[in-house]
Amino acid sequence: MIDLLLSGCGGIQPWVKPYERDRLADPIMAWDRDAISSAYLDHIRETREGARGATGGAGGGCGCN
Amino acid sequence: MVTVILLVRAQADVLPDDRADLFYSKYSGGGMDITGESVLVRKKVTEDFALEGSYFIDNVSGASIDVLSQASQIKDERKQKTLTAQFVHDKTTYSATYIDSVERDYKSNTTSFSLTQDMFGDLTTLNLGFARTRDAVGENNGTALVPVISWLGHADSRSYTLGLSQILTKNWITGATLEVITDDGYLANPYRSIRYLDPGSPKGYSLASQVYPDTRTSTSIEGRAKYYLPYRAAITGTYRYFTDTWGIVGNTYELDYTHPLGNIWIFEGRVRYYKQNHATFYSDLFPYADSQNFMARDQDLAASENTTIGAKVTYAFLPDGWKFFKRGTATLDVSRIAFHYLDFTDIKDFGVPDYQPGEEPLYHFNAMVYQLYLSVFF
Repeated sequence: MIDLLLSGCGGIQPWVKPYERDRLADPIMAWDRDAISSAYLDHIRETREGARGATGGAGGGCGCN
Repeated sequence: MVTVILLVRAQADVLPDDRADLFYSKYSGGGMDITGESVLVRKKVTEDFALEGSYFIDNVSGASIDVLSQASQIKDERKQKTLTAQFVHDKTTYSATYIDSVERDYKSNTTSFSLTQDMFGDLTTLNLGFARTRDAVGENNGTALVPVISWLGHADSRSYTLGLSQILTKNWITGATLEVITDDGYLANPYRSIRYLDPGSPKGYSLASQVYPDTRTSTSIEGRAKYYLPYRAAITGTYRYFTDTWGIVGNTYELDYTHPLGNIWIFEGRVRYYKQNHATFYSDLFPYADSQNFMARDQDLAASENTTIGAKVTYAFLPDGWKFFKRGTATLDVSRIAFHYLDFTDIKDFGVPDYQPGEEPLYHFNAMVYQLYLSVFF
């Protein structure tokens, strides 16, 4: 059974070919077009919400005031 | 088929285009006005090595409600410098970043490392990250013009990130990120106070210092999916679950829609909703002084919800390039955030004799966030 599963996994090939990725390469499909803007919004939220992390943003400061 | 696979394997990752950004931001809401200016430059030194530097200045005036409830107006400035080095080798991109942030009463520096690996014919991207932040926390006991800073302690934070991005179809990409953050040290906000019932006080309550635990560990997991619609537009859905050892559980939902017009304009709209319960040691009104080991009345730790509605428009200029510029974009982004607190009352504007302690109306406010930036790629 394990051999069967492994041979099955080994048979999987990348199913979206490079020449089929024109839509994925469109700038509107980027996860984050403007990192500087995303980091700014993340900072605003992290200093006003209890939750934090897993958004890819970074930055220091306390936002204490 | 063999040729295609060999071609895919032969394509090493490439670094993004060189770019320069000028960024202006304004936040206004809850008694605070914050303006920010930033400049970012990214340049490839060689084809596989790039450096990126940015400088950010925040100017803060005013103060949030729980600071105003006990103190005077505040003027402050935060300066943040960031330097990133990025190196790409075959299918792997290595990044190292240093961030230094300085305020009069708060200093923070972060060192982070990350690794991104493309796999499986570039359908799968794995990301591993580690960051360490050291903060020095102070309090201004003087005035805005004549500050007297007392340094209260240090905080040490470590972040561990695991991310995965997966192409599912030629129109559909998904991703997930897990981040665990541990903190140790002085974690309280010195400008915020608890309040407790005090029948001898004219207001019926008195204020006292917050007492926080010295440690905190949080776990966030975010899942996202982006889909290319049958016409040229994209829709993105995001969900994040958050939990920590202070008892906070937060849920975030976001939906984005991106719609270009030709190659000149890109319009984007987004809706975001966030809700959390309060930390176990939070209370709007404690029954008496020192009633618990840990006590907080920081609005960030209260039960709350907020809704963001945002719009963004990007205009592309120099589509055919000019001199050594490949293209440029100008972007305006406007967001409105409505904050509602579910167990944090407005003691600045309301109190005795109209309202007894604990019966004041719940606090809420709206904030506007404006961002304007110019980007050139070369």
